[in-house]
Amino acid sequence: MTKAFMPPLSRRALLAGGGAVIVSFALTRHGLAQDAAPAKTKLPGDLSKAPMLDSWIGIDAQGGITVFTGKAELGQGIKTALLQCAAEELKVAPDTITLVTADTARTPNEGYTAGSHSMQDSGVAIRCAAAQVRAIMMTLAAAKLGVSEPDLTARDGAISTKNGRSARYAELVSGEALHVAAQPMSPLTPPKELKVIGEEMPRVDIPGKLTGKPMYVQDLRPDGMLHARVLRPSNYGARLAYFSTDAVRAMPGVVDIVRDGSFIAVVAQGEFQAINAVNVLAQNAHWSDGPQLPEQRTIHETLMALPSQDSTILDKGDAAQSGVKRLKATYTRPYQAHASIGPSCAVALWQDDRLTVWTHSQGVYPLRDSIAKMLALPPEQIHCIHAEGSGCYGHNAADDVAGDAALIAKAMPGKPIRVQWMREDEHGWEPFGPAMQTQVEAAVDTEGKLIAWQFEVWSNTHSMRPGGPGNLLAGQYLAQPFQPDAPKPIPQPEGGGDRNAIPIYAIPNARVVSHFTPDMPIRVSALRALGAYHNIFTTESFMDEMADAAGADPVAFRLAHLQDPRARDVVTRAAKEFGWNDKEKAPAGWGRGFAFARYKNLAAYCAVALDLHVDRSSGIISLGRVVAAVDSGQAVNPDGIRNQIEGAIVQSASWTTVEEVTFDRERITSRDWSSYPILRFPALPQSVAVHVIDRPEQPFLGTGEAGQGPAAAAIANAFARATGTRMRQLPLSPPRVRSAVAI
Amino acid sequence: MTVVLNINSQRHEVDADPATPLLYVLRNDLKLNGAKFGCGLGQCGACTVLVEREPVFSCLTPIAVLEGRRVRTLEGLGTADKPGPLQAAFIKEQAAQCGYCIPGMILRAQALLEKNASPTQAQIRDHMQPNLCRCGTHMRILRAIDRAAKDMKTASATPPAPTETAR
Amino acid sequence: MLARIIITLVIVLVVAFGGFYAWAWHSEIPAEQPHAASSFDPAIVAKGAKLAAVGSCVVCHSTAGSPSYAGGYPVKTPFGTIYGTNITPDPEIGIGAWSAVAFRRAMREGVDRRGRHLYPAFPYDHFTHATDSDLDAVYAYLMTRAPVRQETPPPDVVFPLNIRLFAAGWKLLFLHHGGHVADTSQTPEWNRGAYLAETFGHCGACHTPRNALGAEKRGEQYAGGTAEGWTAPALNAASPAPVAWTPEAAFNYLRHGFDRRHGHVAGPMRPVVDDLARADEGDVRAIATYIASLNGVSTADNQGKAAAAVQAAQSRELPIHKGETTGSAPPAGNDGAAIFAGACATCHHQGGRFPVSRPVELGLSSIVNGGSPRNLLQIVLDGIHPAPNERGHIMPGFSGTLTDEQIAALADYVRSHFTDKPKWDDTEATLNAIRQNKNFDKNSGKNS
Repeated sequence: MTKAFMPPLSRRALLAGGGAVIVSFALTRHGLAQDAAPAKTKLPGDLSKAPMLDSWIGIDAQGGITVFTGKAELGQGIKTALLQCAAEELKVAPDTITLVTADTARTPNEGYTAGSHSMQDSGVAIRCAAAQVRAIMMTLAAAKLGVSEPDLTARDGAISTKNGRSARYAELVSGEALHVAAQPMSPLTPPKELKVIGEEMPRVDIPGKLTGKPMYVQDLRPDGMLHARVLRPSNYGARLAYFSTDAVRAMPGVVDIVRDGSFIAVVAQGEFQAINAVNVLAQNAHWSDGPQLPEQRTIHETLMALPSQDSTILDKGDAAQSGVKRLKATYTRPYQAHASIGPSCAVALWQDDRLTVWTHSQGVYPLRDSIAKMLALPPEQIHCIHAEGSGCYGHNAADDVAGDAALIAKAMPGKPIRVQWMREDEHGWEPFGPAMQTQVEAAVDTEGKLIAWQFEVWSNTHSMRPGGPGNLLAGQYLAQPFQPDAPKPIPQPEGGGDRNAIPIYAIPNARVVSHFTPDMPIRVSALRALGAYHNIFTTESFMDEMADAAGADPVAFRLAHLQDPRARDVVTRAAKEFGWNDKEKAPAGWGRGFAFARYKNLAAYCAVALDLHVDRSSGIISLGRVVAAVDSGQAVNPDGIRNQIEGAIVQSASWTTVEEVTFDRERITSRDWSSYPILRFPALPQSVAVHVIDRPEQPFLGTGEAGQGPAAAAIANAFARATGTRMRQLPLSPPRVRSAVAI
Repeated sequence: MTVVLNINSQRHEVDADPATPLLYVLRNDLKLNGAKFGCGLGQCGACTVLVEREPVFSCLTPIAVLEGRRVRTLEGLGTADKPGPLQAAFIKEQAAQCGYCIPGMILRAQALLEKNASPTQAQIRDHMQPNLCRCGTHMRILRAIDRAAKDMKTASATPPAPTETAR
Repeated sequence: MLARIIITLVIVLVVAFGGFYAWAWHSEIPAEQPHAASSFDPAIVAKGAKLAAVGSCVVCHSTAGSPSYAGGYPVKTPFGTIYGTNITPDPEIGIGAWSAVAFRRAMREGVDRRGRHLYPAFPYDHFTHATDSDLDAVYAYLMTRAPVRQETPPPDVVFPLNIRLFAAGWKLLFLHHGGHVADTSQTPEWNRGAYLAETFGHCGACHTPRNALGAEKRGEQYAGGTAEGWTAPALNAASPAPVAWTPEAAFNYLRHGFDRRHGHVAGPMRPVVDDLARADEGDVRAIATYIASLNGVSTADNQGKAAAAVQAAQSRELPIHKGETTGSAPPAGNDGAAIFAGACATCHHQGGRFPVSRPVELGLSSIVNGGSPRNLLQIVLDGIHPAPNERGHIMPGFSGTLTDEQIAALADYVRSHFTDKPKWDDTEATLNAIRQNKNFDKNSGKNS
C-alpha cells in the first residue's frame, strides 16, 4: 500500500478519513473556503491539475450525471474503465453516466493521453472525485432527511435511510454544491465492497463501432463540409519551387486551392474529387531538393557519430569488474512506424472568429496552443474537441492533420473542412519511433550471480509533440516557417530513450549511461513504449546471454536477481502457466523464450513466455503458444487489461519480426503496406493467453505499453534457443533471419 | 450521371462519375460509416464490403460495375440494438481495440461463413489474410469468427430462440 | 507363315520388353543411418544452399504454412497432379536414409532410393547435367535441414501413366544424359549462367514449349511455354517485351522481382524470384547475362525500337480520372476506361504523386504486349501477393469485384490503350478457361 497515493482502507480509517473530508466540505459550503488552509498533501492523480470537484463531475437538476476527463479514448478502452471508477464511487449504474472526454471547452487539462498514464492520472482523479461527491451527497442527505450519516446508504443515484426514506442526488444537489476543492483523502469503497471496479464490463464504445455508428472523426459530416487534401513536398525540407493551378481549378468539384509558402492544399466538394485534384496538382508542382538523408545501411553508425548529451543515470560500485565471465553485446532497432490503419484525419471550422477543431490528437490542450501560435490567435479563440480516430500508438500524424485542417479552415471561413491524409502521406510523413543502439556488458561471479552491469543507450528524442507550431508538419512549410522545438530528453524516472535502461535486477555494481542525440536526420517522436521497447529487448536478451554464461535456467536466473515480490510473482506465474521447462528438448526448429519487465520500472509488471518455430529456408518465425502474466495493481477491468496485453504482444511480434522504415538518400521509401508490411493473420501466434494478477489493495498501474518489450525479448530468446544463433539487430525479419541462419 | 445501386437491399440513385469508387459514395453520399478508408490501394481491407457473395475492396470498386449487383455493408448486418451473428460474436469476445478495421473484418468473415459454415482455424487465418489490424486484436477477431460460426450453426439447428441479445 | 511371323513378333516384343525392363529396372540402394548435421562441411552446406535456391527446390517441395522441404505442393500436369515429396532428412518419410549415391541417382536418373521411377514433373532432365560436386553440395544442404514428419499425398495421375514404368519409357525417349558443355566463345560469366539455367535453374521447364508427351521440344528452346495456367513468355527472339532484356534488367527482375522496363514478377515466377533472392548474387548475375543473351544481340534497330517504346509509354496520357459527373460513358458497367479510372488508376497512373509502390509502365509490360491475354487476366483476377512478412508488391485481385464481362472489357481496354498491338481475339475464351480451371481447383479442394 503506497501511503502517499491512497489512504489505507480499513473500515475505521475510512470512516475517520471520510469524517474529516466532510467537515471540510461543510466549511466550504458555508462560505468559509477562503479560510481553509491550502492542502499540504498533493492531491491524488490529476486532481492536482484541476482541484475543483465540478471539473470532474456534474449532476444536473434531473439527476443526470456527467463525468469529465481530459484523457481520450484511443481504443485502449479508457472510457469504460473511467466510467467504472466513477460509477463505483457514485453508486450508480455505469450506463447512467455521460462521459465527456478531452475537450478544451469542457474537460480538465490532463496533458496528453500517453505513457500508460490514464488510469494513474485520470482514473485516480475521477475515482477520488466521485467518492468525495458521494460524501457531499451523504452530508446533504443527512441534513435533509434528519438522520446521521452512518445510517445512510448510497445506491442507484440516491441516498436512503434504513427505513426506506430516500433523497435522489438531483434533489440534493443545487447551485455550487460541487464547486468545491478536492481533498487529499477520499472515502474510497473498500476492495471487498467493490461492485463495478474489477468487473469485466463490456466496452461501451464497441457496439457502435461494430454497427456503423458515427464513432470516429472520419465519420463527422457537418452541413456544408468540404473535403481537402494536402500535397506534401517531394521530400523532407523541399520547398515549392513553382506550380500551376489551372488544370486543377478546371476540375469538377474543385472549390479552391489554399497555399501558404510550401503548404498547398486543394479543397473540393467531393472526397474523390479532392483526391483526383491533388493528384493533378502533384503533376503541376515542382519542388526544390531538400537535405540528403543518411545512408540507411549505416544509419546506426551515423546516429552514433552525432553529438550527444550524456548523462549517467545509474552509478553504483565498480561496474567495470570482470567477474569470472564478462560478456559484451550491441543491439539495434530500426526506425519503426505507428502506421495507423486509418490515415490521420481532422475536421475544422472557422466561424465568428472562432476556430473549432475535431481531432484525434492525444493532447487537445497542447494542440490548441500549437495551432494558436501557428495562426497567431489567442488560445481562447480555439476549441479543440477530441473525436476518436484509428489507433495511434503514440504521436502519429493526428496533430499534423489537425494543423492542416486549421490552416485550410482559417482560409475558408464558414466552411467545415475535412482533411484526411492519404496512405502514402501517413507512412511517409508521420514522426517515426527512433532508431536506437544499445551496448551492454555484464559479469557473473563464481556463484553465477550478476556482479556487474554496464549499459549505454544512444537515442534521439522520443517526444516532438506539440509543442511549438514547428512541431506541426504544416508549420514547417509556411511562407514564414516555424522551426521545430529544440529536442529534449524526457527525464528519469520515466525516461524517453533511456526508459527502462536501468535494470530492475539486483546487481551490486551497475552503471547506466544515456546518450541523448538532439539531431534528427529522420522525423521522430513518441511510438508506444518509447525507448523501453528497445531497452527491454536489450536487457532481457542479454539476461539470457548471461544466464547461458552462468549455466542457469533463464527463469531461475531472473528470479535469482529479483527482489520485488510482485516482480517475482509475475515471473513465476508466467513460467507456471506456460509450463516452463528449459531442460526439456524442443522439437527440431523450435525454441522457447522468456522475458520480463516492469514498464518504466514503476508501472505494470509483465512477463512473457512463448515458443516459436524458425524456418531457416524462408526465414519465417512462426510463434506458437504465448503466455503472459501481468500485474497492473488494482484491476479495474481485467478483460481490458488482457486486451491491451494481447494487443501489445501481437503488435510487438509485428515490430520484432517484420517492421522497418526504409529510406534512400532522398526520401522515405516505405510508403504503403507493400513497402512497410506488418503482421498478417496467417503469421499470428497459435495462441495468446494473458493471466491478470489482481491486486485490489494496490494503486492502478499503467498497462498499455507493458507488453511490447518483454514480447520482443522473449521472441529473440526463443529464436536463440531454436537456432543457436543470437540476433541482436531488430527486426528479426525473414531476410535477416535467412542471412543469419540459412545454413 | 446517375448510377443505380442496391445497397443492403435498398435502391439508391447516385449522381456521380461512374468511375467513383464505392467507398466514397457509401461514406459521403449515403452517409454509411461502416466501410473505412485505410489505404485506397486494396492492401488493408478496412473498406471491405460484399458484392453478391464476394468480399471486395470498396476503395477500388468503381460504382459503374455495380449496377444490377447486390452490395452489403456493415449496416446491413445488424444494429447496435439488434446485432447480426458476427457483430454479436465480436461484442461477446470484445474483439476490438480502436475498432477501425473491424467493419472490414466482419464483412470478410461474413463471406467466409456464408460459404463455409465450419471453417478450420487455418481456413479462417488464410481467408482473413487481406485485412490488416494494427492494435493486435487478431486473436480476439479469430475467436469471434469461430464463435459466430458456432452460434450460427446452433441457431440454424434449433428453433428460433426468443430475440438474441448481446450483452 | 502367319504363325511364324506372329511368333517372331512375340519373341521380339518379349525380348524388347525384357531388355527394356532390364534397362528400366533399378535396384534399391540400402538405407543409411541419417548423417549427423555436424558431419557435413559447413562450406559445402553453404554452397548447397545457394544452389538449392537457384533450383527453387523449396517451391515444389513445400506447401504454404508448412515447414520448408516437407513436401505436399501439388504440381498440376496435363496428365494429373503430382505432389512434391518430403525431402527433409526424416529417415522414413523424407530422404534421411538416402546415401549421397542415392541422391545423385535421383537427380540424374529420376529414380528414388528404392528403385522406383520418378515422374518427369521432377526436372531430372535438367539436373542430370549438374556436376557431382554440385549435387553433393545440395545433398549436404538438404541433409542438414530439420527433419519433418509430414506425409506426401500419393500422385493422382491418369491410367495408364500411373504405371511408373511409363516414366522409364519417357526417359528412354527424352532423358539425355551427360554433363553441361561450355561454349568457349562466350565469357566465363555467360557460361556459368548457362550451366545454372540449364541445370539447377531448369528455366526451360516452363519457358520451353512441351510436346504431346510432356517433354521439352528440343528445337524450340525458350520459345515460351506454360506454367500453372500462366504463360511463361518466350525468352528468345520471340520475347514479347517491347524493350529487350539487358543483363541489368534481367538481374533486377530475377533478384528483386521488379524492373522498371518490364514490371513486377507475378504468378508462378514469384516464388522463383523469392528463392533467387537467397542465391549467390554473382550466380544470379550470371543467369541474367545468359537469359538476356537469348533474346538476340543488341542492334541499332532494336535499340531504336526500345527507345521508341519507352518514349511512347511515357508520353501516353493515362486516364487519370478527371471527375466528370456527366458524360457519355454508356454502358458504364462494361466501359473499360471507367473501370480503369476507378479501380486501377490509383496505382497505375504515372507522373503523379510520389510513387506509392513502383508502378509498372503498362505499355512496356510483356504481359500487356504478349500474344495472349492470359497473364493479364490472371493478375487482374488474383492480384500479386508478396511472401509472408516480407516487403513486396501487393496488387489486389478483382475476381469478386468485376464480372467476367467487365474483366474482359478492362483487359481489352488496357491492351488497346497502352499498346499498338492488335486486339486479343480470345480474351473471353481465355478468361472462361482460367475460371473453369480455378473452379475445378476449388471444388477438388486443391491449391486452396
